[in-house]
Amino acid sequence: MASQQAPNASAEQRLAAVERVLEVRAHDKGLSVDHTMEWVEEKLIAENGAKVVARAWTDPAFRQRLLADGKAAIAEFGIGLPAIQRQVYVLENTPSVHNVIVCTLCSCTATTLIGPPPNWYEDLEYRARVVREARTVLQEMGCPVAPETEVRVWDTTADTRFMVLPMQPPETIGWPEEKLAAIVTRDSLIGVARLTAKGG
Amino acid sequence: MDGMHDLGGRQGFGKVGFAPKASPFQAPWEQRAYALRAMAIQLGIYNIDEYRHAVERMDPRHAMSASYYEKVITAIATLLVEKGVTTQAELEELAGGGFALSHRGTGGRTNAADRKSFQRGERVRVRDDFVPGHIRVPGYIRGKTGIVMYEGPLTPFPDAHAHGLEAADEPTYDVQFRSEDLWPGGAEQAVIHVAVFQSYLEAVA
Repeated sequence: MASQQAPNASAEQRLAAVERVLEVRAHDKGLSVDHTMEWVEEKLIAENGAKVVARAWTDPAFRQRLLADGKAAIAEFGIGLPAIQRQVYVLENTPSVHNVIVCTLCSCTATTLIGPPPNWYEDLEYRARVVREARTVLQEMGCPVAPETEVRVWDTTADTRFMVLPMQPPETIGWPEEKLAAIVTRDSLIGVARLTAKGG
Repeated sequence: MDGMHDLGGRQGFGKVGFAPKASPFQAPWEQRAYALRAMAIQLGIYNIDEYRHAVERMDPRHAMSASYYEKVITAIATLLVEKGVTTQAELEELAGGGFALSHRGTGGRTNAADRKSFQRGERVRVRDDFVPGHIRVPGYIRGKTGIVMYEGPLTPFPDAHAHGLEAADEPTYDVQFRSEDLWPGGAEQAVIHVAVFQSYLEAVA
């Protein structure tokens, strides 16, 4: 429906036009773009996933609850899922299994645990290739997987979400939870990075 | 629809443009676009399935060359016009230039009348459905056989929900496929888990 002859206005100008149209309706319902931006900045952060991971590393009973029912377990931290996301499966990486997440049809993510996805996760290359050649893609991304390790790729095609529980670097065993949370990166929650004591 | 958005397993792409710890937003306007998309859902203007289908309906040339957040604003604007909130002419005037929207869609379909429940461990086949509207079956599993691992939560059927049709909630199944079954002789060894709606599945005799 690109009916008009004129070339597209810049993306920023088109965004501003959409915002103008929505503003009035939002105002009537007590919503605003700025408030929604604040919600994105405060609630949709990978620090949430990092806290959950640190607890799972240090508390075996929590780890069990997290693997059995992700939604209920993250609620212990006061972390919810947006209404459309019905459940979150937490996928445990081990020496014999490496999990990695993708959304081949769009770019769905467990936003309240991982945050809005990074650019490369939305790009055509990652979405096209990781289901078919995960080992090569992970190698290229600096996260090679041993041939004897099983690779499990999770395609987010419905409104169930996924988060990887990365392996704890052995040198960090015994660290307090808060210090552990600081080394957990967004990339490791997607399954494209391994962690070290220095983080990422 | 068999659109350009359905990327899983497509060949010919180069390396992933990966940078460790990349920021999700490349510019402040992208974060605003992210917030606007969420706010419009809160306002009840469209649901997430209608949104996804509006992205899928972008002209293929535009979609392939657009950044992710350009797709976001195109889809929001398309739905604002289709829902009668504004017009393309008004958007173009406000933007001070052209504002290409997505192509008009076709009809959707309701939940499969003969859908069945499946147990963990059961072998299932993804039905050979070819539909012009919204569908959440990635092409690479169509007609393929896998194993049910879990029954997932009840969710509105997207093929109906994206088209304003009555969408009954139905379970999604976590189905595990082997890469060598999906692309015989043409994939690296892995297992692929896909969340598949009940209406998309049939029992394997």
